[in-house]
Amino acid sequence: MESNRKNVPQGAHAATAGGAEPNYINAHKGIWSWMTTVDHKRLGLMYLVGVLGFFAVGGIFALLVRTQLLGPIFKGASGKQEWLFSGETYNKLFTLHGAVMVFLVIIPSIPASLGNFFLPLMLGAKDVAFPKLNLMSFYVYILGGAFLLFSIFTGAVDTGWTFYTPYSSTTSTSVVSAVLGVFILGFSSILTGVNFIVTIHKMRAPGLTWVRLPLFVWAQYATSLIQVLATPVLAITLMLLAIERTIGVGIFDPKLGGDPVLFQHFFWFYSHPAVYIMILPAFGVISEIITINSRKQIFGYKAIAMSSVAIAVIGFLVWGHHMFTSGQSELAAAVFSFLTFAVAVPTAIKTFSWVATMYGGSLRMNSAMWYAQAFLFLFTIGGLTGLFLGTLSVDIHLHDTYFVVAHFHYVMMGGTMTAFVGALHHWWPKMTGRMLNEFWGKVSCFFVFAGFNIAFFSQFVLGTKGMPRRYANYLPEFQYLHQISTIGSYLLGLGFFITLCYMIQSLINGEKAPPNPWGGRSLEWETDSPPIEHNFHHQPVVTHGPYEFPEIDHSQAPRGGH
Amino acid sequence: MSQQTAHASTAGHHPKYLAHHFESMAQQNAAGKLGMWLFLGQEVLFFSGLFLAYILARIFYPETFLAAHELLDWKLGALNTVFLLTSSLTMALAVRGAQVNSQKQMYWNIMATLILGGAFMVVKYFEYTHKFHDGLLPGKLFDAAKAMHNGVPANIPGAPAIFFAIYFVMTGTHGLHVLIGMGLMIWLLIRIKRGDFNSENHVYLENVGLYWHIVDLIWIFLFPLLYLVR
Ligand code: HEM
Ligand SMILES: [Cu+2]
Repeated sequence: MESNRKNVPQGAHAATAGGAEPNYINAHKGIWSWMTTVDHKRLGLMYLVGVLGFFAVGGIFALLVRTQLLGPIFKGASGKQEWLFSGETYNKLFTLHGAVMVFLVIIPSIPASLGNFFLPLMLGAKDVAFPKLNLMSFYVYILGGAFLLFSIFTGAVDTGWTFYTPYSSTTSTSVVSAVLGVFILGFSSILTGVNFIVTIHKMRAPGLTWVRLPLFVWAQYATSLIQVLATPVLAITLMLLAIERTIGVGIFDPKLGGDPVLFQHFFWFYSHPAVYIMILPAFGVISEIITINSRKQIFGYKAIAMSSVAIAVIGFLVWGHHMFTSGQSELAAAVFSFLTFAVAVPTAIKTFSWVATMYGGSLRMNSAMWYAQAFLFLFTIGGLTGLFLGTLSVDIHLHDTYFVVAHFHYVMMGGTMTAFVGALHHWWPKMTGRMLNEFWGKVSCFFVFAGFNIAFFSQFVLGTKGMPRRYANYLPEFQYLHQISTIGSYLLGLGFFITLCYMIQSLINGEKAPPNPWGGRSLEWETDSPPIEHNFHHQPVVTHGPYEFPEIDHSQAPRGGH
Repeated sequence: MSQQTAHASTAGHHPKYLAHHFESMAQQNAAGKLGMWLFLGQEVLFFSGLFLAYILARIFYPETFLAAHELLDWKLGALNTVFLLTSSLTMALAVRGAQVNSQKQMYWNIMATLILGGAFMVVKYFEYTHKFHDGLLPGKLFDAAKAMHNGVPANIPGAPAIFFAIYFVMTGTHGLHVLIGMGLMIWLLIRIKRGDFNSENHVYLENVGLYWHIVDLIWIFLFPLLYLVR
């Protein structure tokens, strides 16, 4: 009976969606209606455009960095040989690449764009709890991005995205502007986090209990907690750094009696939890895509939901694993190492649950699912190599080498970005009302997956052989690996370029999307594609879990809980 | 599966201050308050960074803190503590005024809070100008010679530049919060005059109140840590 109800209006809506009630895109017209909108769906879309734009900027920096590394070979003691860029320019390029990708792309990627769009829809709410605050966070984000990029014109930054003192308080480059940019971006992140937590607590539709929330919502909840609790520490740190540079407060400056390692503690107290800001939403996305396309109850709903929260909590206690070589006490290092291993446990619980969900399911391999498989493969490698780095003695050898670079690209690019692109494929029909081209979706996924592995697996090898990170030049024996890596990065770029092409094609003349193309059971699929301005025609009432698909055979084993 | 039929825009009995995306005033107020509590959690963590810097500096240079705090005027600090504590009381009374629907009680208590906050800033202003005059400044700007010249015993062991850096950054950040709070009071006064608040709808007022109490609370830690070192 339930599946009937879902199928009947589906066709009816699709036929009348355009005529009956305007959707959120055409309900109001003109650029001004977008600039002043408080509609979470429009804001989500605006964030999406912003994030993708910055992703292109960061990507260009990355390709420049990789191109530099094709060529230069250290010419012995006689002198330096320069290829495309000088060492100084190279330093600025990788700093901008890192800062743009971390603060402007990955941190806001899934939460600010897809989270904004889908959280209220999944909760059956008309909007987030504080729509005006939401608009403000968007402008704060743009302002922060402007500051960060403005630093390019005032001499750029060459400290690396980590802004370590004492170098960052003495270099002549434009650190203050960049740091202010990141400071401002932090507030955007905090405000979004506050908004989401309140929305999840207070705006759930009748019947939508905590254990009926889609796992994407749980993941967003854990992410928001970290955003609210960790980001202020980064803010104060960067504020101190900016003051340090302008009037030399001396808290981080050993010449005045300060402690530069204190900066590292502050920085990683935020930035380790921040890596979970980056990855938890991706976990949420993967739970959705894999379950919908396996047509099965998800394996271990509560375990996945709770492990997100566990990661959020333990993630606050492991920052010292970035500082094993900084001279912290041996006891501290051992404790941090232990906790780092502990935080991998809830992560592994998730991975196993996803695989178990697919086991025995009737898999539908659409392009979102392709991206989800790529995620599983890449993230697993990224997470496991994190354990290498969390092992004290091994890290002494690998710290600050390309091994670390490869590790965090496997989790950030291979994990978060593939999940993000997969999520775009999954929810694109809902957001735009158009389908994407499945064939080209798979082609792009192939290029992304292959290119990524070529680009970054070679870096694991480079790292173990001792190639340090952040150098514009290297010894001849490293060249072939660097060249392989660069070729991979071009393939990766090509993959994303293909995605861009068929996304534009879909907007122009893509096939019209039905309200529920993948047969989902969570609330976002109950409204039109694209949704109407106020989300739902009627206040939805929830009577089932998010993954109770009609195909599930209830006659076999009794399922508890509902 | 049943569905309610009340359409978003057709439920006509909404009070005018109920935003369209909430179902009831209770929901709207609860959301507002939870949002503020989260924001305050964020504030506490923001300041915790500074307190950590304080703790470390004090562990590194206990003798500096002992000597340098003598150069702060504890009487002025105590006066400011009185101002802020009283203002927290008037703030609480303003919220009480909203609960019992007394416009007058709301208005004058917010006014009193605003004035007390202003008094706090005036005292801070005198303290700061005095320090500027004596060269008791943060970091590189610290000028012991100038201070000695002005008769201030600034021959402090350890790292006085760091003590004053911490003093100025902590009280400065706190002062900025007081100023923002005063801005919020002015906004509240305007809205009270407009008749926006009553016993059903005063979550804004309550939230500014919560904010003000946290600003007050932070000062209660700052005062002994900076002025009353032993
Ligand atoms: C099982 C989970 C993980 C473990 C055990 C782990 C462990 C580590 C360790 C020990 C380091 C320090 C290496 C060094 O500098 O010597 C590191 C670096 C890093 N990790 Fe992970 N990690 C994990 C997951 C992640 C995730 C999910 C992300 C982001 C999405 C991430 C992002 C990073 C970044 C950005 C760095 C390098 C920062 C820098 O120095 O610039 N990690 N990881
Ligand atoms: Cu970490």
